[in-house]
Amino acid sequence: MDLSQILNSKKLVHIAFYAVFFACVTFTVSAQEPEKVEEPHVTRSEMNAPHEEKEEDISATILHHIADSHEWHFWGEGEHKVSVPLPVILWTQNGLVTFLSNKHDENDHGTEIFEEKGQPMVNYHGKYYYPGQKNAEGAYVEIDENGVPTNAKPLDVSITKNVVSLFLSVIVLLLVFTGIAKSYRVREMKAPKGLQSILEPIIIFVRDDIAKPQLGHRYAAFMPYLLTVFFFVWLNNLMGLIPFFPGGANLTGNISVTMMLALCTFVLTTVNGNKNYWGHVFTPHVPWWLYPLMIPVEIIGLFTKPIALMIRLFANITAGHILILSLISLIFILKSVFVAGIAVPFVIFISVIELVVGFIQAFIFTILSALFIGMAVEEHTAH
Amino acid sequence: MITGSIAGIGAGLAAIGAGIGIGQIGGKAMEGMARQPEAAGRIQTAMLIAAAFVEAVALFGVVVAFLGTK
Repeated sequence: MDLSQILNSKKLVHIAFYAVFFACVTFTVSAQEPEKVEEPHVTRSEMNAPHEEKEEDISATILHHIADSHEWHFWGEGEHKVSVPLPVILWTQNGLVTFLSNKHDENDHGTEIFEEKGQPMVNYHGKYYYPGQKNAEGAYVEIDENGVPTNAKPLDVSITKNVVSLFLSVIVLLLVFTGIAKSYRVREMKAPKGLQSILEPIIIFVRDDIAKPQLGHRYAAFMPYLLTVFFFVWLNNLMGLIPFFPGGANLTGNISVTMMLALCTFVLTTVNGNKNYWGHVFTPHVPWWLYPLMIPVEIIGLFTKPIALMIRLFANITAGHILILSLISLIFILKSVFVAGIAVPFVIFISVIELVVGFIQAFIFTILSALFIGMAVEEHTAH
Repeated sequence: MITGSIAGIGAGLAAIGAGIGIGQIGGKAMEGMARQPEAAGRIQTAMLIAAAFVEAVALFGVVVAFLGTK
């Protein structure tokens, strides 16, 4: 119930210790790594691009860094690029087509048509399309006024960088939490031990501060979902802040991932909605002549809640990543190494804030899920 | 001559709105906590939830501005 009690308790020392530990590990690397990653892009652009195009190039670089990709890029550019190719799986007109992403990534300007299982395709900025008419730049894609290709494209179910990151975090969560669940069974009613004692304060925090106040005595049924969501979002928020291998995939900053999470909450809310909940939607406590107005509003309200949940997590994490990358890019925009004296400490500062934001967003997502489910299963409405 | 997207102004306006909103929430929550320190925990939770709602509206603005610049 009481957040301050948890915050003052001795258990928090554990959390604080690990937060500081994660903070040290994460921001020392995030202070250095983006510079390394950024440098080749910008030096190249400085050499052969006019002044106006440079800022465009930097925003393209930033967007490239937060986007999903068919390869896991480590460092370097062009010939000296070090990256791991990932499998591309496409459902085309000729059926399933699979190949490794490095097979056709030489030319990503769409100027070359390749064939895979008799299916001609072009690679345009890392995405695969069916070839269309050749345009002015020699690319076989039709581009609309917003710069978005309008070609038909195969259904892309590839194992991309985000999917690999998703698998990694799922494996970590399964290993950690099946272990903890087992030790709770084996050591029932005894003091926690090892990994269990690190995570027990957080599990109790989810139970006492998130589930119980929102769900009342029905909290136990929804604890598995709330714990899963909390630790999944938190782990991925933190992994997104690590700029190199196990992290750096910006999974919770991907709107598809947050959409699936929000959809889970929506399905749970809808399935568990009781008579009161649906009664509140279809027979609101207003004079009958307001029904034509109120019922549509209530029905829209059912959908805006998960949509807000989706946008909130996505936008928070994406904004944080863009902020960190922009601050590092200031060095290259202003073309002075002395800017680093201000930019790098500021990046460290923002990284620490992002660690807090990573926790707060996981907390907010979970508490709002609990709140929505709580509204659906509530027995007596206040009216 | 300043060039740029008008969407930036939109994002700025969204930030002003959220700043006022979160400032109000934070200020009132502190007043409440000072008046009733024993309820600080519950006030803090409610404050975070309300702040998340306000922030979401601002982020809608930022996302729209972001799409507008494309």
